[in-house]
Amino acid sequence: MNFRQIDLEVMRYDPEKDDKPWFQQYNVPCEHDWAILDALNYVKENIDTTLAYRWSCHMMVCGSCGMMVNGEPSLTCKTFIRDLPDKVRVEPLENFPIERDLVVVLDDVMEKLQKVQPYIIRKEGDPPPQDQEFEQSRGALAKYRQLTMCINCMCCYSACPQYGLDNNFIGPAALSLAHRYNLDSRDQGKSARLDILADHDGVWDCSFVGACSEVCPKHVDPAAAIQQMKIDGAMEWWKLKMGFPGGDA
Amino acid sequence: MSRQPYIRPMSKTTWYMRHGRYKVYMLREMTSFLVGFYTFLMIFALSALAANSPDQWNAFLASQQNPFMVALHGFALLYFLFFQTFPWFKLAPKAMPIQLGEKQLPDSFIVIGHYLAWVVLSAFIFWLAGVI
Repeated sequence: MNFRQIDLEVMRYDPEKDDKPWFQQYNVPCEHDWAILDALNYVKENIDTTLAYRWSCHMMVCGSCGMMVNGEPSLTCKTFIRDLPDKVRVEPLENFPIERDLVVVLDDVMEKLQKVQPYIIRKEGDPPPQDQEFEQSRGALAKYRQLTMCINCMCCYSACPQYGLDNNFIGPAALSLAHRYNLDSRDQGKSARLDILADHDGVWDCSFVGACSEVCPKHVDPAAAIQQMKIDGAMEWWKLKMGFPGGDA
Repeated sequence: MSRQPYIRPMSKTTWYMRHGRYKVYMLREMTSFLVGFYTFLMIFALSALAANSPDQWNAFLASQQNPFMVALHGFALLYFLFFQTFPWFKLAPKAMPIQLGEKQLPDSFIVIGHYLAWVVLSAFIFWLAGVI
């Protein structure tokens, strides 16, 4: 078996002992097909059992192993050691408070995800069909399918300087989730979401840095979704001013 | 076990230095200085016109022909091209995707459409200015 030694510099923070985070270095013998998550698991199992980090599926589905790898927000299960230099620095996702070691506090984004009402909303008196499928054409599905790929890893929030500077901003993942439902042909909740999305902390807080889309491991492209929502929001505003009905249906 | 989350400070003035992509973003945003400059230039030009004196208007035109101003206009043209026109046209298909049936219209169609519109509008302005 081929091994490669790497120096893994890991940010540590124990709220009961430390005033601020610090770095601990581990020398890890890595196999060729290892991802950073494997190296962390090796440390946890063989060197230091106190290291805290989140992970679950190891296959880019659960979204829990997002961390900063050499300064880049990354899913550690899909960031391979063979693509990295011999010295790798692992930190908790930026723009979030650190709970302990590599674990961050996600309460804020969890609230934001709820706030955008990410579910199909129907108008009163127009319920979805009962006891049968709510059909949708493949073309209608194609409109929003890419946005359903989000796994809430929060790499986008970590890359977004707008969120880092002012965390009132609803942020990339929650806004693209809202857009996913706005684009769904079965949904009629666009105007119900508009108050939140078109508010100061909504889409207009985004200055299109585009970093969210660059780091997204699932290629969701939140930056594109937000720009489309800006156009949508402006159109809705004009429709309202001109006395046309809103575009819910 | 007590919770005491640690918040890493983020500098309000130097945050963009931490990654190349943020530096490029700031260079893009710095075109606002040039927009400000051209706003003032427009005000000078309008006030020279409003003075209703050919001398004042000719003095304004002469001021635009000195080598420093020519170099500045050349610099502004290149800066806008590289940090506004090219990147924004490239990003246009993201903001306005066009779906035909189940497929997206290829991005290149939208980008080329923008360049064509740019050429036509520029030609119109040159025609209006009597250059062509």
